[in-house]
Amino acid sequence: MAFSAPAEGDGVNTSPVVADEVKTTTCYMCACRCGIKVHLQDGKVRYIQGNRDHPVNKGVLCGKGSAGIMQHYSPARLRKPLKRVGERGSSEFVEIEWDEALEIATKWLSDIRKTDPKKLAFFTGRDQSQSLTGWWANQFGTPNYAAHGGFCSVNMATAGIYTIGGSFWEFGEPDWAHTKYFMMFGVAEDHDSNPIKIGLGKLKARGAKFVSVNPAQTGYSAIADEWIGLRPGTDGLFVLAIVHELLKAGQVDLDYAVKYTNAPWLVYQAPNHANDGLIARDEHNNPLCWDKITNSVTSALRADVTPALTGSFDVNGLKAVPAFQLMAERYSDASYAPEAVAERCGIPASTIKRIAAELAHVAFQETIELPIAWTDWAGRKHDKMIGRPVAMHAMRGISAHSNGFHTCRAIHLLQMLLGTIDVPGGFRYKPPFPRPTPPGPKPAGKNGIKPNEPLGGIPLGFVTGPEDLLLDADNNALRIDKAYTWEHPIASHGLMHMVIANAVKGDPYTIDTLFLYMANMAWNSSMNTRATIDMLTAKHDNGDYKIPHIIYADAYFSETVAYADLVLPDTTYLERWDCISLMDRPISDAEAASDAIRQPVVQPDRDVRPFQTVLLDLGARLMLPGMVNRILKPRYPGGYADYIVNHERATGVGPLAGWRGADGTQHGRGAPNPNQLEAYIANGCFWRGEIPHEAHYYKMANATYLKWAQGMGFLPKAEQIVMQIYCEPLQKFRNAARGHGAIQPPDKDRARIETYFDPLPIWYAPFDEAAVDTTEYPLHALTQRPMHHYHSWGSQNAWLRQITAQNKLFMHREAAAKQNIADDDWVWITSRAGRVKAQVKLVDGVNKNTVWTWNAIGKRKGAWALDPNSPEATRGFLLNHVISETLPDKRSNSDPITGQAAWFDVRVKVERAADHEQNGTDNNFGELHPPPGVHVGPAVLQYGSDFKQAAE
Amino acid sequence: MTSLPDKTDKKLGLVIDLDTCVGCQACVTNCKEWNTGGHMAPLTDLNAYAAEADGVWFNRVHTYEVTGSSACGASTSRTMHFPRSCLHCEKPDCVTVCPTGASYKRTSDGIVLVNEDLCIGCKLCSWACPYGAREFDVFEGVMKKCTLCVDRIYNENLPEEDRVPACVATCPTGARHFGDLGDPNSAVSKLVAERGGVDLMPEMGYAPTNKYLPPRPRKDTATSVPAKELTPVAATGFLGWVDKLLSR
Amino acid sequence: MHPAFSVIFFTTASGAGYGMLATLGFYAGHDALPQNVWFSITSMVVALGLVTAGLLSSTFHLGHPERAWRAFSQWRTSWLSREGVAALLAYIPACAFGLAWVFPALEWPARILGPLMIPFALGTLFTTAMIYRSLKTIHAWHNKWVVPCYLVLGPMTGAVFVLALSAGFGVTLKFLAAFSGALLAAGLVVKWLYWTFIDSTSAASTPATATGLSGTGPAVDVKSVEWPHTEANYVMKEMGFAVARKHAQKLRGIAIWLGFMVPAILIESSVMLPLPQLSFLAIPAAVLMAVGIVVERWLFFAQARHVVTLFYGAKSA
Ligand SMILES: Nc1nc2c(c(=O)[nH]1)N[C@H]1C(S)=C(S)[C@@H](COP(=O)(O)OP(=O)(O)OC[C@H]3O[C@@H](n4cnc5c(=O)[nH]c(N)nc54)[C@H](O)[C@@H]3O)O[C@H]1N2
Ligand SMILES: Nc1nc2c(c(=O)[nH]1)N[C@H]1C(S)=C(S)[C@@H](COP(=O)(O)OP(=O)(O)OC[C@H]3O[C@@H](n4cnc5c(=O)[nH]c(N)nc54)[C@H](O)[C@@H]3O)O[C@H]1N2
Ligand code: SF4
Ligand code: SF4
Ligand code: SF4
Ligand code: SF4
Ligand code: SF4
Ligand SMILES: [Mo]
Repeated sequence: MAFSAPAEGDGVNTSPVVADEVKTTTCYMCACRCGIKVHLQDGKVRYIQGNRDHPVNKGVLCGKGSAGIMQHYSPARLRKPLKRVGERGSSEFVEIEWDEALEIATKWLSDIRKTDPKKLAFFTGRDQSQSLTGWWANQFGTPNYAAHGGFCSVNMATAGIYTIGGSFWEFGEPDWAHTKYFMMFGVAEDHDSNPIKIGLGKLKARGAKFVSVNPAQTGYSAIADEWIGLRPGTDGLFVLAIVHELLKAGQVDLDYAVKYTNAPWLVYQAPNHANDGLIARDEHNNPLCWDKITNSVTSALRADVTPALTGSFDVNGLKAVPAFQLMAERYSDASYAPEAVAERCGIPASTIKRIAAELAHVAFQETIELPIAWTDWAGRKHDKMIGRPVAMHAMRGISAHSNGFHTCRAIHLLQMLLGTIDVPGGFRYKPPFPRPTPPGPKPAGKNGIKPNEPLGGIPLGFVTGPEDLLLDADNNALRIDKAYTWEHPIASHGLMHMVIANAVKGDPYTIDTLFLYMANMAWNSSMNTRATIDMLTAKHDNGDYKIPHIIYADAYFSETVAYADLVLPDTTYLERWDCISLMDRPISDAEAASDAIRQPVVQPDRDVRPFQTVLLDLGARLMLPGMVNRILKPRYPGGYADYIVNHERATGVGPLAGWRGADGTQHGRGAPNPNQLEAYIANGCFWRGEIPHEAHYYKMANATYLKWAQGMGFLPKAEQIVMQIYCEPLQKFRNAARGHGAIQPPDKDRARIETYFDPLPIWYAPFDEAAVDTTEYPLHALTQRPMHHYHSWGSQNAWLRQITAQNKLFMHREAAAKQNIADDDWVWITSRAGRVKAQVKLVDGVNKNTVWTWNAIGKRKGAWALDPNSPEATRGFLLNHVISETLPDKRSNSDPITGQAAWFDVRVKVERAADHEQNGTDNNFGELHPPPGVHVGPAVLQYGSDFKQAAE
Repeated sequence: MTSLPDKTDKKLGLVIDLDTCVGCQACVTNCKEWNTGGHMAPLTDLNAYAAEADGVWFNRVHTYEVTGSSACGASTSRTMHFPRSCLHCEKPDCVTVCPTGASYKRTSDGIVLVNEDLCIGCKLCSWACPYGAREFDVFEGVMKKCTLCVDRIYNENLPEEDRVPACVATCPTGARHFGDLGDPNSAVSKLVAERGGVDLMPEMGYAPTNKYLPPRPRKDTATSVPAKELTPVAATGFLGWVDKLLSR
Repeated sequence: MHPAFSVIFFTTASGAGYGMLATLGFYAGHDALPQNVWFSITSMVVALGLVTAGLLSSTFHLGHPERAWRAFSQWRTSWLSREGVAALLAYIPACAFGLAWVFPALEWPARILGPLMIPFALGTLFTTAMIYRSLKTIHAWHNKWVVPCYLVLGPMTGAVFVLALSAGFGVTLKFLAAFSGALLAAGLVVKWLYWTFIDSTSAASTPATATGLSGTGPAVDVKSVEWPHTEANYVMKEMGFAVARKHAQKLRGIAIWLGFMVPAILIESSVMLPLPQLSFLAIPAAVLMAVGIVVERWLFFAQARHVVTLFYGAKSA
């Protein structure tokens, strides 16, 4: 209900015209992908508003999205293609025409494709069109493709998909409407920015208890009902101690474990045998269990069994016990007791016990029931849905540690034991999840990488055993980033953070062209930035660059632009078509599958082109099979919009699921619809296909859901998805390390595989921490996402940078007092890898052994069209300078299973800088000079005055 | 003009929930975006891309650490985010000190506004405001401030559901509420009553219209969830207890 | 508060100007003004010049000086408006008196206009003081000593200026030296009392009342962790000006010595010494006093803490 305008008589115009046109599209100030309405006046953006109907943000916008105008009109926007003429890093470029730019790229790339396609490394950072870019790499024929997942949160994705067939990240969500107890581990902001905030608001309004486990008490933790400020890297201990308590007290949902997890599956216990630790299976490869009614071994997938959770049985002459028993025995051990872990976690045992008791109480005493009748996978009817209203969410506080894979699995284990996955009040899958654990396909590249031929499949996939690794006959890595090797066998997202180092070292081989898109590798997405910059400029004795060609597609003058040989300037997000596809990172919610588009709402005023269109153009010039038609003419002459509508990955399956079929009446599958984009625009640029009501929960076992998902093309078969308490693929690697099978790790990796490929969650000290003298480096150093900045992009935004133009180092008062450090002092942060100077801010709300700062606020002098004396460069700092990309044993600073970059393992000491150094940071990287066409923005900005004049 | 109305027909204002605000800055930038093209346009930014950037903003969010409050609970302190904008006071000196009549409080809805055409830029009103809610546009030489989105809340060019202040419409957590605080039956008045909404600096005697809902007590004690301590299962031990019939 | 030069100059200069007018008016009322045309002209030019320069300078810090005339309109509520009106009104008796004094033929009207000028001059000083006194947000101004300070310091500086001029023109104003000395003493006393007051008390507001949390616990402590924006904004530049305690103590010493003690000693010693020329000591006394009072006025702003700083980390204001 709105108020009507009073007759105040003060001459204020209470009904000014806001826009002559309002267009919907999708925000891209971050990866949350909210729906927006762009108000345009005289062709300029007057205001950006959240789209109330949009499933992601329901009308709200975050701090970034609300500053979109300044992102769109940023002075750091690139203007025209650039060709390097000076040394790399000198920013000496000339502007060239698009034709020349594309010819150069075509020349370099066609030479590679003709000879050895893997000499192209195509890495795409914060890409939101991975289904296109991945396919492009496949058509090109290189396995060397990945986006940012490897340095982001592959631990969460992989642990999740191998355990529950879904994951945290933005691929699942708490049941905000029903949960009574919400535990959040290591989240500052996450990709689901607005959904999480909307959800927390709902929890607060309902008075549900919200517990935040996080060394820092900021943001979400600030409004938590309880803050558990544990020591970084110890969540696994904390969670498994809770598991210990629950097991001891019998507070476990056994019924759920039997129905929905592999708890009853029998596991061989036969030391030294090749099958030791593997799941016992019948001749159809079905897992086996012990049926207590028939007292026999039978398929665990049958509906009519009463499986044992304990006991020891003889299967094929080997001893086999239920996975549940292995799990229970392990965590019942006193070494997992709260008292045993309290000190390492920095959390009193009594708190751990209380949390365990609270979880048990809410899960089992405050059970909820929704009157939704449903049918399970076996055809059994249930008249209601039982919910255990405990929900959990976790992100990079867990994943960015080298023990993150196991810690994430530990959290999923806790959820499974409480019976809270995809039940009312619990954690919910968003379609296309759940998927099989793990789903197909396998990573491509194994069956040869041949000149002028596409790769056998999509470069990234899910391995299930040593036979899937991407190794040649001599155990050498097939991929430049060494993903899917013994060093990181389950690197499901690749290792973007290792590409530059490996290519420069020529280990496993050298490359010809590094093609980067949307990744600021010469600054904030690299560990040890200095070394990365040196590598980008490293030369052979003959003066040739070790990475001969670097092509970079960015929209703005980021630090990395200066290191490219060829720069392909992209549009801003308001100037292009885009596709937020279910084949990519979907924007679904727990009750619907959704996808969306971006439409150009303003026309570029510069000579820039949308990268996706450029990529298709390049593909056609290279004659990549999918990108040309039979007469070798471009298949998508209309660019990306053409592709979005007409591309089919399989018959009837294309980038967008909505309004398919020639007449636009089909959803999910259907022939291309020439008017599909119009249909999207008419609907606010998104499509939301609701899951049938009776399939809103228990998706992993809900017949209606499984059938619906199969129909949508999300699942190959409408079969139950069994969650994996016990993760068999890990054991396969372990057995190889023990000398079984044809493919075995080299000796140097055996012990490591043996140790870390434990099929049940384990905890170990993060590697970097274990590698240093912790008395010398007593503190953990972390970064957090500021809610109002997106990585490095925010600083070019005249509004966002005013909020945070300098990041300080937050430090506990007591820790500072010990070092005679006062508020606002400048300090040296020193790790084994280097040091950086920062200004401290003393606080109470942080774990006493931890310091932290806002991520990616510090900037290289001169970058982003900022004045070189801007605080971002003179007072802000980048913690990356003290994070090493390698461990002392020369391995990458990553999780041993997934290769996830372990950003948060670094240990530091903090000391007050000398008196004469109390004057700013030590940004001694040299100044970058803007390329042609880019100038520092105006001193006085009066955006909006035109609108006012027009209104008057 | 600068005499305060004895009474206003409505008391439109905001209610801000400090228990829910996560400090995301959405209200800050959305306010900026709306208003830089709105009634007080533009909200000039000086040194926008250089050192000492300094712009006009109507809404700013602070971060504090609070100890000793009943809301803190068992842990030592809590972090609190605190959005601050004009509180549209009932008895503000910012209006009465104004020598030109540029500052005024509307009789109809209680909104405190500045008429830029009358303002001489003497800054006295900003000295009189205890809440730092007045922002001088150095470049334009006039005082600016939160208008309570007077060009939105009645705007017939907008759909009815959008006729709320920009900061309220955008707040992702729903920590900001808008309504008539003069009407005891309005949703905002009820919320204030229910949650014990407070005035900032009541000792100033400005009678702010906007109210703040203080953080609720933390639930980090055993009693907040009535959970019994966990005790080991029967003498048979855990695995014995597990040994019951469970069907798939 | 940010010590803007124009405002400091305005309050000190116009204070001295009105003080001179009051002093001259007082002597005129007692028919004790010597008839020395150059002295009269110079005194009036200096007095009105100081007043006018002060008023003009006060418009320098306006965003829109050309609209300054609008400031006269809100005299019903605004002390700034009242000051403008008072200042304008004060010109009428002041100019009339000046004419009467300068032209000997008009001698008797000067005797009436002179005293009439006093309430206008003091009244304007009062309105200036009230601009500050009325601001509840600034404890250092919103207190009982501010009006006395302005009402004493204006006449004090005016009296010393008149004395210096009289010395310069070699005319005698009976008892003015003693009178000035008394005002300097009184000025020091009120200023001392003012400083004692602001040093020993602070605003009732605290970070806890500012954030509305004062009622939620016995001793709520609210510490600022992050400002809304990392760089200083208008409010902080204008209201958040802070001067280090040590620095302020030093400046106070300078203000006390130059503004009060040294002028008093110079003036009183000139009275006691036999040589009339030594009354010339009044001239350096006036100059030094001017410097001292500018420092005093700088401190009046610089040491005034605005309650808004409580939001930005100040523990008290
Ligand atoms: N210390 C520390 N370092 C970290 C992390 C951490 O937590 N701590 N987090 C890591 C993680 S998870 C990630 S994902 C990375 C992110 O790091 P990056 O992937 O480097 O992310 P951005 O800084 O966002 O840089 C992306 C680039 O995309 C460009 N860009 C923006 N919009 C467009 C567009 O529309 N088109 C094109 N073509 N380009 C555009 C930007 O200008 C920028 O150069 O950082 C990693 N680095
Ligand atoms: N506004 C904004 N949103 C973003 C981004 C952005 O740059 N800005 N980036 C996007 C990207 S690429 C990503 S990957 C996501 C990441 O989103 P988040 O997962 O929220 O990532 P971080 O900001 O790195 O926050 C990690 C949190 O974990 C905590 N933490 C660190 N170590 C530990 C630990 O050992 N245990 C626990 N329990 N907590 C720990 C840190 O204090 C911090 O609060 O955000 C996405 N969303
Ligand atoms: S969370 Fe914010 S920046 Fe990200 S898409 Fe949504 S509105 Fe845009
Ligand atoms: S908050 Fe400040 S500007 Fe707003 S009405 Fe109150 S005193 Fe005036
Ligand atoms: S700055 Fe403008 S609005 Fe404020 S008191 Fe002066 S004239 Fe009035
Ligand atoms: S009411 Fe409008 S002007 Fe005021 S703070 Fe909110 S958005 Fe800004
Ligand atoms: S938008 Fe809402 S949650 Fe975000 S800072 Fe503003 S009030 Fe707080
Ligand atoms: Mo990320």
